[in-house]
Amino acid sequence: MGDIEENDALPKNKPSTEKDVSDELELRMKKYLRGESANLEVLKDKKLKGQLAAKEQLYGKSAQAAAKAEKWLMPSEGGYLEAEGLEKTWRIKQETIAHEVDISGSRKQYDIILPELGPYTLDFTSSGRYMAVGGRKGHIGIVDMINLSLIRELQVRETVRDVVFLHNELFFAAAQKRYPYIYNREGTELHCLKEHGPVLRLQFLKNHFLLATINKFGQLRYQDVTMGSMVGNFRTGVGRTNVMQVNPFNGVVSLGHSAGTVTMWKPTSSAPLVKMLCHHGPVSALAFHSNGHLMATAGKDKKVKLWDLRKYEVLQTLPGHANTLDFSQKGLLSCGNGSLIQVLRDVSGTQNYSRYMTHSMVKGYQVEKLVFRPYEDVLGIGHSMGWSSILIPGAGEPNFDSWVANPFETSKQRREKEIRTLLDKLPPETIMLDPSKIGTVKPKGKRPTKKEKEAEIEAAVEATKGKKLKKKTKGRNKPGKMIQKKQDAIARVKRPYMEQKIQEEENVSRKKQKTSVELPKSLQRFARKKASS
Amino acid sequence: MKVKVISRSVDEFTRERSQDLQRVFRNYDPSLRPQEKAVEYVRALNAVKLDKIFARPFIGALDGHIDAISCMTKNPSQLKGLFSGSMDGDIRLWDLASRQTVCQFPGHQGAVRGLTSSTDGRVLVSCGTDASIRLWNVPITSLMESDDSTKSTVEPASVYVGKNAFWGVDHQWDGEHFATVGAQVDIWNHNRSQPINSFEWGTDTVISVRFNPGEPNLLATSASDRSIILYDLRMASPVRKMIMMTKTNSICWNPMEPINFTAANEDGNCYSYDARKLNEAKCVHKDHVSAVMDIDYSPTGREFVTGSYDRTVRLFQYNGGHSKEIYHTKRMQRVFCVKFSGDGSYVISGSDDTNLRIWKAKASEQLGVILPRERKKHDYHEAVKKRYKHLSDVNRIARHRHLPRPIFKASALMRVMADAKKRKEDKRKAHSAPGSITTQPLRRRRIIKEVE
Repeated sequence: MGDIEENDALPKNKPSTEKDVSDELELRMKKYLRGESANLEVLKDKKLKGQLAAKEQLYGKSAQAAAKAEKWLMPSEGGYLEAEGLEKTWRIKQETIAHEVDISGSRKQYDIILPELGPYTLDFTSSGRYMAVGGRKGHIGIVDMINLSLIRELQVRETVRDVVFLHNELFFAAAQKRYPYIYNREGTELHCLKEHGPVLRLQFLKNHFLLATINKFGQLRYQDVTMGSMVGNFRTGVGRTNVMQVNPFNGVVSLGHSAGTVTMWKPTSSAPLVKMLCHHGPVSALAFHSNGHLMATAGKDKKVKLWDLRKYEVLQTLPGHANTLDFSQKGLLSCGNGSLIQVLRDVSGTQNYSRYMTHSMVKGYQVEKLVFRPYEDVLGIGHSMGWSSILIPGAGEPNFDSWVANPFETSKQRREKEIRTLLDKLPPETIMLDPSKIGTVKPKGKRPTKKEKEAEIEAAVEATKGKKLKKKTKGRNKPGKMIQKKQDAIARVKRPYMEQKIQEEENVSRKKQKTSVELPKSLQRFARKKASS
Repeated sequence: MKVKVISRSVDEFTRERSQDLQRVFRNYDPSLRPQEKAVEYVRALNAVKLDKIFARPFIGALDGHIDAISCMTKNPSQLKGLFSGSMDGDIRLWDLASRQTVCQFPGHQGAVRGLTSSTDGRVLVSCGTDASIRLWNVPITSLMESDDSTKSTVEPASVYVGKNAFWGVDHQWDGEHFATVGAQVDIWNHNRSQPINSFEWGTDTVISVRFNPGEPNLLATSASDRSIILYDLRMASPVRKMIMMTKTNSICWNPMEPINFTAANEDGNCYSYDARKLNEAKCVHKDHVSAVMDIDYSPTGREFVTGSYDRTVRLFQYNGGHSKEIYHTKRMQRVFCVKFSGDGSYVISGSDDTNLRIWKAKASEQLGVILPRERKKHDYHEAVKKRYKHLSDVNRIARHRHLPRPIFKASALMRVMADAKKRKEDKRKAHSAPGSITTQPLRRRRIIKEVE
């Protein structure tokens, strides 16, 4: 079984000819081109065509430069796990992996046992450098993952349901028994967000600086953490839930409900953008692929489903429970249930997920939360007896970008980045299902064709034909009258379409008259009208 | 089993010594940057707002004249030198960098109407309503020093007296002829006390003259009989004449496309013409609400500046129908003359309130030395602004200008009048026999006829 993923489909050994090099570059360029180029052939405006062609050329050049940079300048390579002979990757134990990998790698595999204060939930900063842990019984801690040192821990002496980092490691929010609180890295309480109420789940939208919460009463709230204003406050009206996940691709918040539906929300509308029935039974977990097209849901009906978010269709249904799901940066899907952890992988690049690795915790441990650590081949596990971390080769993006998320960030760099991200803060209106619409102009509405119009009339007629007539008093139910009534109903339905058609025809004929008759307007009323056909 | 996991040693990704630069690693993968388009749009919006914030075009006023400024000319040999003449007969040479008068040229009895300097910057020619033409030798050394505040005065090298008042003068590019206008067009040589040639076409006063920068023997004049006339020094008579509905106050040739010139018209519009095809303007530049008094092209030929009787200075694209920038202050009165600086980065205006004013040609441009990182940032902002300029929000912010109340009202009124006229014309057209009434485009409407 070969280790194949999207990038590794490229030839690994040295390309022999120039053609191979160019082919490889072309494959890599695809990612940077961000979609197909515009079709310029249909354009009639020569000037526009020239301008667009020049622009397309520039796009091509920049994509090529990026592809070359990827090929030659990236400092590290991704992790992999390959089975040999009769081995199966999912039978390989963590101990054997730890034995094989280098020392710094094997150090990332550990268990922290804290039996009194669990179960624990985890969150990583976007660079993967820091981890926040929250124990149910009030234990909150911040850990530096590079030298594995505890930066701060505090005991809030009440239930902690969720912890989440804000835009950098200096601030984090914790959902406690009655209200969510915002703390700084030193553990000082900065804010008590009383308006949110008893919050079950927290999410932070990094580009928008919005803290999204869902509380016990099913109220979804968005708060801007820079200015403190409440951006959105909606009653979901579908009951209590603690399944909530942000789609990182577009910032849409998804909620999984006990009726098996998944709803997607944005802060500027009180109704959900999408409401889809995903499971027969409560939804227990949700996760989004970073490309934004793939959603994984798990339900109490013992199914894990993968959805295509472009068509809202099931791609794959897998059997099994999952309390928690998470996608890694490279698209591995982890599912946790009880003390068993399964990692699935899209082997062929066709979004067909199959078993990649499994890991079972000590019997009796209940997995609470699975989170992949960004830019590392590590899966963080929060469970009832503390937290653990295991190695999943090939999970993380091997090369970070210093300007996006830098694990080795200095405090000066962090300060500069904070300012820069604040300047680029997106307004809440930019959250929408298709973010590529931003920066484009709304196209003009198309006129329906003749065929479409006819189909519409036919559909309306069919709809009225299908309706059953009410039973009326004696004497009004005669077959003749019934037929008459039906015909009347059909005529009534057709009428607006016909009127519209007549109106349009009149307009056209009037236009024709205007062009054909040479009389001035004042004399036109004396002209003989032709019988309209 | 083959296995590898990502492992980064801290040494490899951080700097060794504290003097080293921080190491930067790039990964251009779009999937690491969600919503990049939205971020870019926000950046464009911010950039265009920053432009508004930093739009402080006024640099300073040059105070010294005691009457309205009537004319200016650049010193071609000195970037910071500028001559200005005023209605009381005073001529001054300014050092734009220190904003001080370097020397004065006393002598004219009446208003100085025209100023020009030879291409090498040695000779200054002035003419005025006292019917005299004065040639001055420009002191080069005094401009170089320019530190002491003692103003020197210069005596004219020669004085020629004509019969009538002179209204304008312009020097030939790369030659030793210059042309004065007034009752007729006279061509002079530096060394002769009499004009070497005279042209006349019609009886009215000629009010402005400008030599073509590309073809040294070609010049264009405008006269108070509303005509624009083209002359060729090699021929005995004028070449071509075009009469418009209103008077043209000033003319300027496009230095990069010397076949085109733009005429500043009394009706508040500027008209760009192709000198070979005078029956139709190439572009009509609208926006001023009163007569345009003077016009000058940027050395790049991509934009020009106009000064108007409505107390504003406007900047236009060479092919733009509306101005891209308007400059005004509370104190600035009727603007009689404008000039672009020799490097195209400043605009100088001279007005009725006896002051010359220096403006930036790009209102929000940062002055001074720009570090490479700043330059990069500016370039990036320009690029995103250009990319999203079609979107309504960006466009609206970029286009908005605060106007002084009289101008705002006057432009609203002019719009109403234009609309009414259009409506009337449309109705008349609709109620007449088809084809009997044709509407001329504005490019042609203001032209009465072209005479060969």
